[in-house]
Amino acid sequence: MQWETVIGLEVHAQLATRSKIFSAAATAYGAAPNTQACAVDLGLPGVLPVLNKEAVRMAVKFGLAIGAEIPSRSVFARKNYFYPDLPKGYQISQYEQPIVEAGYLDITLEDGSNKRIGITRAHLEEDAGKSLHEDFHGASGIDLNRAGTPLLEIVSEPDMRSAKEAVAYLKTLHALVRYLGICDGNMQEGSFRCDANVSVRIKGEEKLGTRAELKNLNSFRFVERAINYEVERQIDVLENGGEVIQETRLYDSDKDETRSMRSKEEANDYRYFPDPDLLPVEIEPSLLEQVHSELPELPAAKKQRFCSKYGLSAQDAVQLTASREMADYFESVLADSGVEPKLAANWINVELAAALNKDGLDIEASPVTAEALGKLLKRIADNTLSGKLAKEVFEAMWEGAGSVDEIIEKRGLRQITDTAAIEAIIDKILADNPAQVEQYRAGKDKVFGFFVGQAMKATQGKANPAQLNKLLKDRLIQ
Amino acid sequence: MSLDADQVRKIAHLARLAIREEDIPGYAHNLSNILDLVEKMNQVDTDGIEPMAHSHDAVQRLREDRVTETNQREHFQVNAPQSEDGLFLVPRVIE
Amino acid sequence: MHTKTLSELKTGLAKAEFSSVELTEYYLQRIERHNPDLNCFITTTAELARKLAIEADQKRKKGDAGSLNGIPIAHKDIFCTEGVRTSCGSRMLDNFIAPYESTVTAKLAQAGVVMLGKTNMDEFAMGSSNETSFYGPVKNPWDFERVPGGSSGGSAAAVAARLAPATTGTDTGGSIRQPASLCNVTGLKPTYGRVSRYGMIAFASSLDQGGPMAATAEDCALLLNVMAGLDAKDSTSVDLPVPDYSANLNKSIKGLKIGLPKQFFDSGLDQNVARSIQQALDEYKVAGAKLMEIDLPNMPLSVPAYYVVAPAECSSNLSRFDGVRYGYRVSDPQDLEDMYKRSRGEGFGAEVKRRIMIGTYALSAGYYDAYYKKAQQLRRLISDDFKQAFTKVDVIMGPASPTTAFKIGEKSDDPVAMYLSDIYTIAVNLAGLPGITIPAGFVQGLPTGLQIIGKHFDEARLLNVAHQYQQRTDWHQQVPNIFK
Repeated sequence: MQWETVIGLEVHAQLATRSKIFSAAATAYGAAPNTQACAVDLGLPGVLPVLNKEAVRMAVKFGLAIGAEIPSRSVFARKNYFYPDLPKGYQISQYEQPIVEAGYLDITLEDGSNKRIGITRAHLEEDAGKSLHEDFHGASGIDLNRAGTPLLEIVSEPDMRSAKEAVAYLKTLHALVRYLGICDGNMQEGSFRCDANVSVRIKGEEKLGTRAELKNLNSFRFVERAINYEVERQIDVLENGGEVIQETRLYDSDKDETRSMRSKEEANDYRYFPDPDLLPVEIEPSLLEQVHSELPELPAAKKQRFCSKYGLSAQDAVQLTASREMADYFESVLADSGVEPKLAANWINVELAAALNKDGLDIEASPVTAEALGKLLKRIADNTLSGKLAKEVFEAMWEGAGSVDEIIEKRGLRQITDTAAIEAIIDKILADNPAQVEQYRAGKDKVFGFFVGQAMKATQGKANPAQLNKLLKDRLIQ
Repeated sequence: MSLDADQVRKIAHLARLAIREEDIPGYAHNLSNILDLVEKMNQVDTDGIEPMAHSHDAVQRLREDRVTETNQREHFQVNAPQSEDGLFLVPRVIE
Repeated sequence: MHTKTLSELKTGLAKAEFSSVELTEYYLQRIERHNPDLNCFITTTAELARKLAIEADQKRKKGDAGSLNGIPIAHKDIFCTEGVRTSCGSRMLDNFIAPYESTVTAKLAQAGVVMLGKTNMDEFAMGSSNETSFYGPVKNPWDFERVPGGSSGGSAAAVAARLAPATTGTDTGGSIRQPASLCNVTGLKPTYGRVSRYGMIAFASSLDQGGPMAATAEDCALLLNVMAGLDAKDSTSVDLPVPDYSANLNKSIKGLKIGLPKQFFDSGLDQNVARSIQQALDEYKVAGAKLMEIDLPNMPLSVPAYYVVAPAECSSNLSRFDGVRYGYRVSDPQDLEDMYKRSRGEGFGAEVKRRIMIGTYALSAGYYDAYYKKAQQLRRLISDDFKQAFTKVDVIMGPASPTTAFKIGEKSDDPVAMYLSDIYTIAVNLAGLPGITIPAGFVQGLPTGLQIIGKHFDEARLLNVAHQYQQRTDWHQQVPNIFK
C-alpha cells in the first residue's frame, strides 16, 4: 500500500523582549530559581497583567513577514488547567481572535524547487515555569523564572509531506524569526520549540488520518528522526489492522522512539474565555506602517536577489541566506574583494562552513573575518595562489597564523607563474624521462598526468596548474 | 437544568475541589436551583447580539518593555507552604 | 469624637483640636469595646496604627500633611496590605501575610490615613450577608440578630457603629451598596475603571470595583479624591482626569431629571421599604428635581446573567489558590492531585465552592454558548437599557435592597433566595456604572437605603445629589443607641 505522510507544526518562539509579556520582570536565561519571578509572575492574589508593547510589535512584525492578515483587534483569553508550574491556574493566551491570521512561508526543497507552506495563525501567550524532579526527597521543585516569558505560537497548516519538508519549513521559520530579530532561535535553551502533528493516510485519500502530537523535539535532527519513527509506527499499526490513537507522544532521543505521554486518560477541557483583566488589543494602521518600514530584507527576497544579481544556484543562495549574519558575511566578502560571487559562495559554503561546523562556531565567531577571506580570494583571482595552496593558507589563517600575505611570504606559498621558470622545469623533466615522452607521443595520453605530477613535485605544488598544463602540452607536441 | 451526583463529581474534579460524598446531594440540589435561576436568561432572544466582556469599550493600554522588578524571592516565599533552595516544593509531578 | 464626620475630623486635626494619636487611640478603644459584639474586624492593627498616628502628627508639624493626614480608617480585608494578614475572609488565606501593597491602600496611606485594621467580609466577597466569612458573621449594629449585608458587611457595620469614621469596600454585585443600605451608611461604588483594582483580591474581574464607605457623601468625596485615578499596574483603570469630587457638592439640584425604573418598584419590593424610598423621592421633588418613570426592560435578567458571568470569572480567578506558593495546604497530601483537591476543598467554604462549580460548568465544553456567551449578550442588552435611559435622565433612583436587614441564618441554606437580595444592585455592575447608597429612613427600627445610579464617570454628580439630600435630612446621622 502507498502511504502519504501529513505533517503540521506548532512552533513556540520565545520573543526577545527584555521584560516579560505581562510583568516588568527580566526574561534573561539561567538566573537562580525564582529570582526573576515577580508578584505578577507568581500569581499573587490581587495582581494584574499589563501587556508589553514590544511583544505586540514583534508579533505584528512576524505577521507582516509571512504576508498575513493582521486584524485590527485581537483578544487575550484564559486557558484554564491546573499544573504546579502554571501559577494562576490558567495560561493567558489567545483563542478566538489571534494577533496574526493566515499567512505563508515558502520553503526550498532538496531538488531546488519551492513549496508554499500555509501558516494558519500565530498568537501571543505567556510561558509556564519549570518543574524540577530531582533531589527533593520525593518532591518536585517549582521554578517560576520562565513563567510569563512571551511566546509567539506559530501554527502551520498540515502542508508538509515528509520529515525533510518539515525540517526545511522549520529551518526557514527559524531563519525568519532570527532575521526579524524577534527570537534568538536557541533550541537548547528552549527559545524555539516545536511540536509536530503527524498522521498518515493512503495516497489519494482526501480525509486526514488520526494524528499524534509529538513533543520534546529540541533540535532539527530530532524533528526529522521523531517524525520518521512516528510515520513508520503509524503505518505499522495500520497495516496490522490497528488504529492510530489521537494522543500526545514524547520523543526519546536516547532510544530514538516516540512513546505515549498519557499518564491518565482525561479529555482536556480548558474552559477558554476572554481574559477580563485585559481589554482588546487594537492594532492601529500607523503601527502596521511603522513596523512594515522597519522590516529587514527577508530570507526569501534575499535568496532571490542572490540568484539573480550574483548568478548563484538556488542551493547556494539558500545556504547563504540561512541567517542574516551569513548573508551579510557573503556580501561583505564581495564588497571587500570584488571577486566572482560564485568563487566567494563556494568558499563560504564549503571551506568556511566545514571549518565552522568542525569547531561548532557561528559565523559571527569565525576567526577568519569577511575582510580576511576576501583578501584570500583576491590572491586566488590574481593567480598568486592556486586553489590547493589557498586551502593551505585558509587553514593557517583559521589557526591564527597571520594575514594572507604574511602566510604566503612566510611559508613561500606563492604560486609559480613565471613562464620561463616553468618551461625550464618541464624541459628538465622531459629530458630525464625520454621513454615516457615516446609513449605520450605514440598516443598514450594518460602519461600526461605523470608529467604534471613530476612538475608539481619539482615545484612543491606551487606551479600554476593551468599554466603548467598549457606549457607542458606545447612542449610535448613539439 | 438539574445536575446529578455524577455531574457534580465531574465538575468538582475539573475545579480540583474535594467534596465529601455526603455533601454531594446538597451541592447537586443547590447547583441545580442556581442553574434554574440562570436559565431565566432564555426568556430573551439574544441572536446576533455582540457579547460584552467589558463594561466599557476601551482598548488595551500597553506597557513599555522595561525591566523594573528586582529579585524579592525570600520576601515572596515567606508565605510558601514548602520551599527549599529557592524552589517551591510540591508532591512529585508525574510527567 | 465618634459623632464627627470624616470632614469634621479633618478640620479638627488641622486646627489641632486633637492629635491623630488621640483620635486613633479613641477609635482603637471603641473597637476593643464593641468589636466582640459585632465581629466587624478580622484583624486589628493597633500597634501599626499608633505608629502611623505618631508619624502623621509629626508630618503635620513639619507642614507635610496629606489630604487625609492622621485620619483613622479601616480596610476591607480584600485589599493587600504589606506585612499584614490579608485573609479575604477565607481559611485559604488565614495565614497569608501580603508581601505587597494594593494601589488603593497605598494611595490612602500616601494621603496620611492611619489603618486601624482589616474588616470582615463574605469569603472572597461572595455573599450578601457576611455569613460566608471564615471568621463568622458580622452582626448588624441595629439588631445583633440580623445580618449587616455583604460582602462589605464588616466595613458597613464598622462605620454604622462608628468604630471607624470611614472604611473601604468593594462592590462586584452590590457589595458596597447593599450593606450600606442595611447598616445606614453612605457607600459609593465608582464607575468600573475609576479606582485601581491592583492588589484587590479578584472575585469577578470585569465587575469588581473598590469604593469608599462613610457616614456622609461629603466624606465619600474626600476618600474618592484619593482613591480614584489611573494606575499603570491595572490596565483596566481609566486614563481620565480625576475631578475634585468635593467641589460640586453644594451645587443646586433644581431641574435634576431623576429616572425611576418601573422594574425597581415591582412586587419583589417590601412595601415598607417602598414607602421609605418614596419619601426620599418626595424630598427630591421638594428640592426641585423632576421625577419620571423609565423602563429598563432587561433588568430583571441581571441576576441570572450575573450568576453566570461572576462565577465564570471567579472559577478562573480562584484557581491560583492551589496550595503551591501561598495559602492553605493540607498537611498530608498523598499526591499532587490530592494536594490540590483537599487544599481547595478544605480551604474554601461552601458558597465559594458552589460558585466555582457553577462557573466551571458554565465555561465547560458544550455549555459555553448556552451560558457564558448568552450572559455576555444579555449584559450588552442591560447596558444598552441604561444608555437609552440616560439619554432622558441625569440619574436613576430606586431602592438598594428589596428588604431591610434579614435575620442571620434566614437565607443561608438557600443560595437563590440570597442572590435575589442583590436584585437592584447587580445590573449596575454589569453595565460598569457608578452607584451610591444613602440612608433613607427606617422601617421598624431598621435602616433603608436609597440607591442613586449615574452615567459612566459621573461620580461628582452622584455625590452632589446625595449630599443635597443629606443637607435636608438627618438619617445619615442616626447611630444605634448603644454606639452613641
